[in-house]
Amino acid sequence: MYDAVIIGAGVNGAAAARALSGYRLKLAVLERASDVCEGTSKANSGIIHAGYDAKPGTLKAKLNVRGSEMMEELSKELGFFYRRCGAFVVCFDEAGTEGLRELKKRGEKNGVKELRIIDGSEARELEPNLSKEVFAALYAPSGAVADPFGMNIALAENAAVNGAEFHFLTEVTGIERIEGGYRIFVKKTPSAAYEAVSKIPETLHIYDPETEYYDTKTVINAAGVYADRIHNMISAGKIGIVPRRGEYMLLDNTVGDYVGRTIFQLPGKLGKGILVTPTVHGNILVGPTAENLPDREDTGTSAKGLEKVKNTALLTAPELPLKEVITSFSGLRAHLETRAALKNREEEDVEGDFMLGEIPDAPGFFDMAGMESPGLSCAPAAGEYIAGLVRDLLRPEKDPGFHGKREAIPNMAVSSEDHRKELIAKDGRFANIICRCCTVSEGELVNAIRRPLGATTSDGLKRRTGAGMGRCQAGFCNPRAVEILTKELDITPGDVCKNDPGSEFLAGGTEYEL
Amino acid sequence: MNYDLCVIGGGPAGMAAALSAHELGIEKILIIERDHELGGILNQCIHSGFGLTTFREELTGPEYAERYIRMTEASGIDCSLNTMVTDIKGADEEGFCSITAMNGENGLFRIRSRAVILAMGCREKSRGALNIPGYRPAGIYSAGTAQRYVNIDGLLPGKKIVILGSGDIGLIMARRMVLEGAKVQCVAEIAPYSGGLRRNIVQCLDDYEIPLLFRHTVTKIHGKKRVSGVTISEVDENYSPVPGTEKEFECDTLLLSVGLIPENELSKAAGAKMDPVTQGPVVNERLETTAEGIFACGNVLHVHDLVDNVTKESVQAGRFAAEYILNGKKAWGEAKRPPIPKKEKNTIPEDLDRKRQVICIRCPNGCLVTADRKEDGGFEVSGNLCPKGREYIINEFTDPRRNISSIIRVENGRGPVVSCKTSSEIPKGKIGEVMKEVRLARAKAPVKVGDVLLKNVADTGVDMIATADMEEG
Repeated sequence: MYDAVIIGAGVNGAAAARALSGYRLKLAVLERASDVCEGTSKANSGIIHAGYDAKPGTLKAKLNVRGSEMMEELSKELGFFYRRCGAFVVCFDEAGTEGLRELKKRGEKNGVKELRIIDGSEARELEPNLSKEVFAALYAPSGAVADPFGMNIALAENAAVNGAEFHFLTEVTGIERIEGGYRIFVKKTPSAAYEAVSKIPETLHIYDPETEYYDTKTVINAAGVYADRIHNMISAGKIGIVPRRGEYMLLDNTVGDYVGRTIFQLPGKLGKGILVTPTVHGNILVGPTAENLPDREDTGTSAKGLEKVKNTALLTAPELPLKEVITSFSGLRAHLETRAALKNREEEDVEGDFMLGEIPDAPGFFDMAGMESPGLSCAPAAGEYIAGLVRDLLRPEKDPGFHGKREAIPNMAVSSEDHRKELIAKDGRFANIICRCCTVSEGELVNAIRRPLGATTSDGLKRRTGAGMGRCQAGFCNPRAVEILTKELDITPGDVCKNDPGSEFLAGGTEYEL
Repeated sequence: MNYDLCVIGGGPAGMAAALSAHELGIEKILIIERDHELGGILNQCIHSGFGLTTFREELTGPEYAERYIRMTEASGIDCSLNTMVTDIKGADEEGFCSITAMNGENGLFRIRSRAVILAMGCREKSRGALNIPGYRPAGIYSAGTAQRYVNIDGLLPGKKIVILGSGDIGLIMARRMVLEGAKVQCVAEIAPYSGGLRRNIVQCLDDYEIPLLFRHTVTKIHGKKRVSGVTISEVDENYSPVPGTEKEFECDTLLLSVGLIPENELSKAAGAKMDPVTQGPVVNERLETTAEGIFACGNVLHVHDLVDNVTKESVQAGRFAAEYILNGKKAWGEAKRPPIPKKEKNTIPEDLDRKRQVICIRCPNGCLVTADRKEDGGFEVSGNLCPKGREYIINEFTDPRRNISSIIRVENGRGPVVSCKTSSEIPKGKIGEVMKEVRLARAKAPVKVGDVLLKNVADTGVDMIATADMEEG
């Protein structure tokens, strides 16, 4: 029997797993997709909010400020990109300054430091590409950007190194109460790549396609847009999540310095939340829209949505070089429509807040539900918080063998010349550049495969190394990535997927029968 | 390491430039190539249509490359393969440009060179630049990526294909996919004309009855994991989709052939001023960029229509660089934009009388030729710019024939396949049978250009001959 099973290997599940992996606990993470970071965690703004948005006293407010404070050190410890670039919230008329003052007051109550309101001309001095229409801005120097993939991957990888099992392509189909805990029934999807990668010991990947259920003392529900379904399998207090789609456009890194800070618009009649921000990968990101959808899988983009992103972003920066768009994408936030009370909190208090805590009628069953914005900023703190509740119940000993530091995948693009030389001297494959747009070498791709929870798909490689993220969008490197996965995993090219099984790149050799 | 001339890129532009400078007496020349062989993109362009002006015969891409590779090897020009250039700097006070490069063998190293010629070529526009709504499933490739999969890796990217964009690469890939057994549903083109050559519309689409939809574009991509279909809509004069005209096409693959962009990251890093029109560096009449000692030619300078024109321009660049090395620098003078080929705007005339008219496919001119039977049984031919047109149309009406280029699997080669072509034309009606045999055939390495790989294919009396070398590996 496991001590804790975590459902979902997004950033919240991974954060919870890592926080628990420092204790003597038998842990398993169940993920229906083929990799970590396959849901909301992979398609969001990548922003570490300063913490002025949330209502004071909420968990959102507390965890945001805590998350924002801990992020820099965590990024160093776990080796993911993080940059404190600062953020503006801009308004376009005098009336808007009232809203900015409101935000500032709220932020100060939440404990956000160094907030100040600046006028339009000072804002433009700091950000010359801002619209002349910008009347004033709330400046939050502690606003930051992080690599959402990197954070998720690093947290999961470190949890795995510290003993948490990760079971991918494992979908939870039902949950039953059993003596002393829960039985979680699963459906496994077979995968040639997983079968193969599980034979590489250093990846710590497990392939157990025969397993039908996992028994556990406690459960953490971090299932993202499906968290309501998991919750409702076990509790009488039903909750409901509505997927809220956000569409984005990504601009080439040749215009990556178009803005230096994250620029939000003050929510108001001009729309809500379309931001223009630099990313840690050196691009400019614009978006997101906000649209409630019936379909929890609908991560497509729409002509209407992209048009809206474009038009609203132009209010912030009228000359935004939109011809440099290299891709567009969308993500689904898990918006809580119907809430239920949790053991540790009263329902009335928490309108709009995360649902983080133990379910009253299911002891040992913990929700991490409704983790929408600022979910990424809060994730490490939310993971700690929920792990604290689990520990209060299980009272485990600390694991003296816990190793919290993760060695990042080498990165030629950002390495100094001396470091590049060093890497190549160790392994000539670091000189073999596979992704030309983002300067990613064969050495990096191989490392990304042959490491804890290593990549098994081309999307997995992309999120770990940046290969294929550039302006050619994998036009050049896709065949090479397929070749490297084929070789390293010892599978056929036809087995290589973009992400989950069913997303194979190839129809076979040209000799196939028709 | 010191050189007189360093050429970045070992494709047709780089090799022609290096050879031209070499002929003028420049001895210490280095070509840096990121792939494991010279030839650049020509190696995957296994169709014919290259060399009509340079060699006065029609060659396949690998054959065209092979001729230059042999000349380059014979000349004693140094080549550094598998080598990635990461940075270039224009000439310093001592008159040396600096190139930073790396490869597995030598690690990261720096080269000093009197002059540099940029010959990095171009790349394809991606889906992102089009912002087509929908999911982001597997199965969306640029035509060039698909071409590499099929022609270099011997792998088929899909079985049911829709192609967006009717540039030459898109047209060529439509035929290629059909020859390998896939079904091409249609080619959608947003403009009212094709940017590809008229001969390619004929020999790549018409020959295989692939519909070409002008004024149409893909407005939605379906399928979450793998492409399952696309929506294609008509567009108005402003290229905006017309509501109500949506049609669904089932497919597992969407190929994009929507244009090429010069690949100038290194040029920009070297400080060369860029021309927003060509998307290549600004040059003077000597093809010199604004970065001291750095020249540019080929598709990195502007996207060319034909490789023969790339070669021509590169020969000049080699000469100018040689003069610069030998005689020292001159005043930069004025910017001069290289002659940009007129954008092809081709259609097949709707009123083409197929009983008596054809588009000649013998050369890029694509003449509309008319033949009327005379009373003596001969033909009265008009519209052709050269005698080849006459010969073509008579054959077309009596015994239509085609050359076919494809690949044959190699059992023990360095790569999985080698490119090949018919030694002479085969009857058009036998293409299917020929391809069946070609797909099943196996060759043994080493293979040399011109080797017969398959004798008397499908009883046509024609052989399949290799169009590239393939070493054992």
